[in-house]
Amino acid sequence: MASKVIQAYYDDDDVLMLAVKKVKAAKHHIEEVYCPFPVHGLDKAMGLAPTRIAITSFMYGCLGLCVAIWMMNNIMIVDWPQDIGGKPSFSYIENMPAFVPIMFELTVFFAAHLMVITFYMRSRLWPFKEAENPDPRTTDDHFVMEIEVHGNEKELKDLLLDTGAVEINMTEKNLH
Amino acid sequence: MMAVGALFIITGFLSAPSTVEEAKAIVASHDDGHGASHGEDAAHATEGHGEAAHHDSAHDEHTLAQLKNRPWSALYVAAFFFFMIALGALAFYAIQRAAQAGWSPLLFRVMEGITSYIVPGGIIVFVILAMSVAHMNHLFVWMDPEVVAHDELLQGKAGFLNPYFFLLRAAIFLGGWIFYREYSRKLSLRQDESDDNSNFKLNFRWSAGFLVFYLVSESMMSWDWIMSVDPHWFSTLFGWYIFASMFVSGITTIAMVTVYLKSKGYLPDVNNSHIHDLAKFMFGISIFWTYLWFSQFMLIWYANIPEEVTYYVTRIENYRLPFFGMVAMNFLFPVLLLMNSDFKRMNWFVCLTGIVILAGHYMDIFNAIMPATVGTHWGIGIPEIGGILFFGGLFIFWVFRALTTAPLQPKRNPFIEESRHFHY
Repeated sequence: MASKVIQAYYDDDDVLMLAVKKVKAAKHHIEEVYCPFPVHGLDKAMGLAPTRIAITSFMYGCLGLCVAIWMMNNIMIVDWPQDIGGKPSFSYIENMPAFVPIMFELTVFFAAHLMVITFYMRSRLWPFKEAENPDPRTTDDHFVMEIEVHGNEKELKDLLLDTGAVEINMTEKNLH
Repeated sequence: MMAVGALFIITGFLSAPSTVEEAKAIVASHDDGHGASHGEDAAHATEGHGEAAHHDSAHDEHTLAQLKNRPWSALYVAAFFFFMIALGALAFYAIQRAAQAGWSPLLFRVMEGITSYIVPGGIIVFVILAMSVAHMNHLFVWMDPEVVAHDELLQGKAGFLNPYFFLLRAAIFLGGWIFYREYSRKLSLRQDESDDNSNFKLNFRWSAGFLVFYLVSESMMSWDWIMSVDPHWFSTLFGWYIFASMFVSGITTIAMVTVYLKSKGYLPDVNNSHIHDLAKFMFGISIFWTYLWFSQFMLIWYANIPEEVTYYVTRIENYRLPFFGMVAMNFLFPVLLLMNSDFKRMNWFVCLTGIVILAGHYMDIFNAIMPATVGTHWGIGIPEIGGILFFGGLFIFWVFRALTTAPLQPKRNPFIEESRHFHY
């Protein structure tokens, strides 16, 4: 469905934050904000639901820990027991301190990589994907706030100019 | 005029909690009066007992020495622990200064209040060390000339581990730390009254210089004051290990004092983002401590060299509960409780975790000193609790007294505006 959106350009993250708060206070729905860098607190100001990536990260970490324990037990105890440093005890628990670095590293490895992959999938990003940002300047020094228009064009424009927007565009856009 | 008025009002407000703390301190020291006398009674009793058995064997003599050591060790552990909190807070403060951090200036007066304890605390520790040198106790076996005469390893170390050099080093370290603390505090107060930033810049330079001095001196201090109770044993990362312990204790105390003052309404501009940041440091440095603890343990466990591994054998065989309990308190507890970022913003959660972390790091120092000085005759009894109460009372009294002497919010710190609006 193509719909009309208004795009307000800002050139400072503090101005943007204040603008977002003002627009929210005027009860408009902000479709999206494009930033060249992460702006702290923007998600809260926009009223987005809190991220759940921390929970997935914790689960991935637990998975990594389990994989490490299973792997080291298979390699070093079950499949091919080795005498390293005079400790051929054939017991996982007695050799556990030697495996802690591996357990730690795999926990971090799983948490980090799976979290990044989850993030890409969730944000619908993949290699060679066409960029969604409306203006290449949002990768440099401009911020763009996008608001859907429902016949209140004039009112919105005045509000946005009032919040310190440096440029305002109207455009047709396919929103998903 | 307004500034002076505000200063008087704040001071007036602050003298209120100070007297409460004062009362607490008196109660605590009163308790300690009992504790110490009980401890002495116990020592006398065991002394008599020890002397009766004295003729039997050298083992009894050893036991007697260990029993005599117990009140001294308890005193020393508690005195060092509270001193270490102030020193850790001082290191944190110097890092904030040297990094010109924008989020923390609102907390500078809290940190300065905590570091004020470095003066009485340092002097007390120094006096205890001087008493050891004067053979009033046997915390450090290498100070006994008869022991050294029969020990070639100690003779080899005598160039470094001899009583005079030992005290000289302690005096230099303490002198440097106390000098920086007092000078930085003076510059910090002067900055409020001045009309340019010269005091602030000077403070930045001194803080950077202090950090260099601190890292070297703290490391040597940990060898001298803690590692040398076991003079045959050594670990190359011991300095870092003790540093992690004091750093996390200092940060935890900053967080707890901040939460307390805020709950009384004295720090109106401190928001939960500041608490969040302190809690992140508590969480991170707790993991850092565990990393060092485990690194030290694993290398020694794996190499299994007799003279190194005794350190852990005595601890695991005779100190199983405090040794592993401390890991649970210093690692598992903060990791599980402070993992969630919302919990880091809840004051009571931070305080609860803080209490466990502080208790855990007391156990850390306890585990570092006790096995060498009292051996199997350890316990958490009247001398230990008395020591904690006495030095805890003195610490609280001194810190809150220092907090009343200046307005709690720096006025002219160039970053104060940023700190006030700190978010996230």
